[in-house]
Amino acid sequence: MTTAAQAHEAHHDHHPTGIMRWLTTTNHKDIGTMYLVFALIMFMVGGAMALAVRAELFQPGMQLMRPEFFNQLIGVHALIMIFAALMPAATGFANWLIPLQIGAPDMALPRLNNWGFWLLPPAAILLTLPFILALFGIGDGAIATGWTFYAPLSVQEGIGVDFAIFAVHLLGISSVMGSINIIVTIFNMRAPGMTMMKLPLFAWGWLITAFLLIATIPVLAGAVTMLLTDRHFGTHFFNAAGGGDPILFQHLFWFFGHPEVYILLLPVWGFIPHILSAFSRKPTYGYKAQVYSFWAIGILSLVVWAHHVFTVGMPVPALLYFMYSTMSISLPLAVLFFCWIATMWRGAMSFETPMLFATGWIILFGIGGLTGLVLADVAADAQYHHSYFVVAHFHYTLFAGGMMGMMAGTYFWLPKMTGRMYSEKLGKLHFWLTAIAFNLTFMPQFFLGLAGMPRRIPDYALQFAEFNMISSIGAFILGLSQLIFVYNIVSCIRGQGEKAADKPWEGAEGLEWTLSSPPPYHSFTVQPVVK
Amino acid sequence: MALKRFKAMGAAIALAFWSKVAYAEFVWNFPKPVTPLAEDTLHVHNKFMLICMVIFLVVLGIMIYSIIHHRKDKGYKPANFTGPSTKAQVFWTLVPFALLLYIDFILMGIPAYHSVITMEDTKNNADMVIKVTGMQWRWQYEYMDGDAKGIKFVSNLKTPQEQIYNQAEKGPDYLLEVDNPVVLPVGKKVRILLTSNDVIHTWWVPQFGVARDAIPGFLRETWARIDEPGTYKGQCKELCGKGHGFMPVVVNAVSEDEFKKWAESKKAELAAASAVAEKEWSKEDLMALGKEVYEKNCSVCHQVDGKGVPPAFPPLAGSKIVNGPNFDAEGKLIKDSHLDRVFNGFRVMPAWKGVLNDVEIAAVVTYERNAFGNAMGDLLQPAQVKALR
Repeated sequence: MTTAAQAHEAHHDHHPTGIMRWLTTTNHKDIGTMYLVFALIMFMVGGAMALAVRAELFQPGMQLMRPEFFNQLIGVHALIMIFAALMPAATGFANWLIPLQIGAPDMALPRLNNWGFWLLPPAAILLTLPFILALFGIGDGAIATGWTFYAPLSVQEGIGVDFAIFAVHLLGISSVMGSINIIVTIFNMRAPGMTMMKLPLFAWGWLITAFLLIATIPVLAGAVTMLLTDRHFGTHFFNAAGGGDPILFQHLFWFFGHPEVYILLLPVWGFIPHILSAFSRKPTYGYKAQVYSFWAIGILSLVVWAHHVFTVGMPVPALLYFMYSTMSISLPLAVLFFCWIATMWRGAMSFETPMLFATGWIILFGIGGLTGLVLADVAADAQYHHSYFVVAHFHYTLFAGGMMGMMAGTYFWLPKMTGRMYSEKLGKLHFWLTAIAFNLTFMPQFFLGLAGMPRRIPDYALQFAEFNMISSIGAFILGLSQLIFVYNIVSCIRGQGEKAADKPWEGAEGLEWTLSSPPPYHSFTVQPVVK
Repeated sequence: MALKRFKAMGAAIALAFWSKVAYAEFVWNFPKPVTPLAEDTLHVHNKFMLICMVIFLVVLGIMIYSIIHHRKDKGYKPANFTGPSTKAQVFWTLVPFALLLYIDFILMGIPAYHSVITMEDTKNNADMVIKVTGMQWRWQYEYMDGDAKGIKFVSNLKTPQEQIYNQAEKGPDYLLEVDNPVVLPVGKKVRILLTSNDVIHTWWVPQFGVARDAIPGFLRETWARIDEPGTYKGQCKELCGKGHGFMPVVVNAVSEDEFKKWAESKKAELAAASAVAEKEWSKEDLMALGKEVYEKNCSVCHQVDGKGVPPAFPPLAGSKIVNGPNFDAEGKLIKDSHLDRVFNGFRVMPAWKGVLNDVEIAAVVTYERNAFGNAMGDLLQPAQVKALR
């Protein structure tokens, strides 16, 4: 595609201006941008809630809030971070990158795409509105059951649960629509010559994610709808007195909840190889092995859910099955780790910000993965389960493995999306502060859990005081250093910083780098051909 | 000058922090195990952690080697392999895979299997059975057989609200102290049955290696054979509402003789309590006991001043229900009256008939009707409560 053609195309960007542009847009880049900005805003909102929690836990005793408000904060923090920050960030990258990477002019279903995004802000409002309503004396605040909605507690609690149920419905519909769009796009809109086994790994990761979402979101939707009818219409799905079973809810929830972990991680596993190979100036190692591992993990993730509920009392054969099947996930995951490190091995590496994040990501996600392996052991799990050990474990997988992966991707593709280079100095500062503060926050939590501190408690015994204080200090550094991230992004969007080349990274591969930075509003008006 | 002051300030802060840290008992692993199950769990945990640490360090070592040597600024020329090409290379890529298979299913898999079997061996050769009932936010213990058969009591958090809200100095057992600890004999295999009255709770004592959910409407079980006398502490670890952080478990493990003595004295205590239910109580005595019962059981929701936290927890002060009649003209309990709600529960409010004895219910109802500005003036006799059972 020539520059002249691009310039010509640029004159044909007729779209409304101002707010109407964003409300009515069907352009994958516009929608991708909205997803990413939404995710960033919600990341800061969820982060602020986490900081309020850590401030309360800075010392023993109730300082800042009442226990019921504390319970609301932890639940809404998790729901926001999972559904309104990590998932939209992944969908935002999918919107931006998949059409560019597979040589398609746009997503296959552009109007569905617009709808999928615009369901998110109402969902975010539903999640947080009960906090504000409570200030006016309506209801008793947001959902206070943790993000897991466990019945019968969620049957007993106030209107915050109803708001959260409807928020989850909207978010779920949005995710399923996004998934359908991605599947249709990848199956039908690849450029000539782009066979499935030449598909960029990011697209592969997302393809599996999309299938997992379609398989599991309806189960979650069903479970929370049953909860809704238990709450208001006299059904007894989860009430033993009426012939129901509270444990049924946990099984339904985790049938969704465990694949959800991989829904959050697979897109990241998809783009980490792009970054590693670019900065090692060396092709991706074990492409096929990685694709097969994605499939293996995707399928296994659907059949291991009950390791989240080992303490409910299951028959021995069930315990053994879920223990061994969970352990077996370590095999395909080990293949991925092998491939990532083999991609770096004997490359010519340089450590710009995306590469720093990708490298740090491998190490920290490795800690998350290995602690997951010990969590599979039923007897030891009885001790780890619902203690701070688990809190530390899933923050290593979801903050380091999820969020820091997203940050690596952001720094990698930000020059392409905005046409501007971010400040490398600030980017590196952001990485080091994040990596160090993250460990300062969550490493002590492993020891708190081993010593016997349960999670989700607003106040704790004196023996836990020191580690909690260290953890809170780390959390505040971690939270504040994310302002550097926001600053870097905002300054790129506002056109500050050096102009980015079409291919700002020497070793980067892929169709997206053949376009200008930023790419034209309508890309690939002339279809590229992959050899 | 400014720099010097700044340095001195920094030193003072560091010193304050480190002096605090110096007092701290940093615990790096599970607390000392006192049951065979906890012993097994600790063993498995240590072994697995060691394996994971070794895997982590080996992989990290390879990465760091690569990061140091394979750099562009050192002029390293990148290779361009994308997979194993020779048979030898294929072999070497399969080695870590085989090693992991061995670790997962043999090195870790076999001890993990044994610990699961130990953990679930609840029924064989049990010497005694106790039933633990979780409720918002306290534990009830009932002895099902043996010397202590029939003993049943509720175990509440003993830490006063003033300590929690920083109006008093926190004691050494802050949040891990109860009024009635459960007493168990050492050396006996105790089968522990678990259930709940309201939402799901988890009964957890780290030193026993025991954590099992208490589920409303179902019985779950676990077991413990305590090897050493002592006081063992744990907490509820399933989010169960606003009092989740305030329902500790305290177990006193004593020798068999001491256990027998304790069982006798506890039985005598409970018999005395049921005997006083027969006698006529004065209003002063009921009010004094009622205040105590109220503050221990009711004030979590309805608050010490009876003002509640509306709309979830309605106020008792000035309430129409509290200031209404309990019995109709024929002396029958009125549905949804004050006593009916206390006795049988209502929505989130638990049924106190299973938790409090007749005297306690009579006392707390009398107290509520004559405190917080309520002035019904009437009093409820324990015998009237007994008649409802």
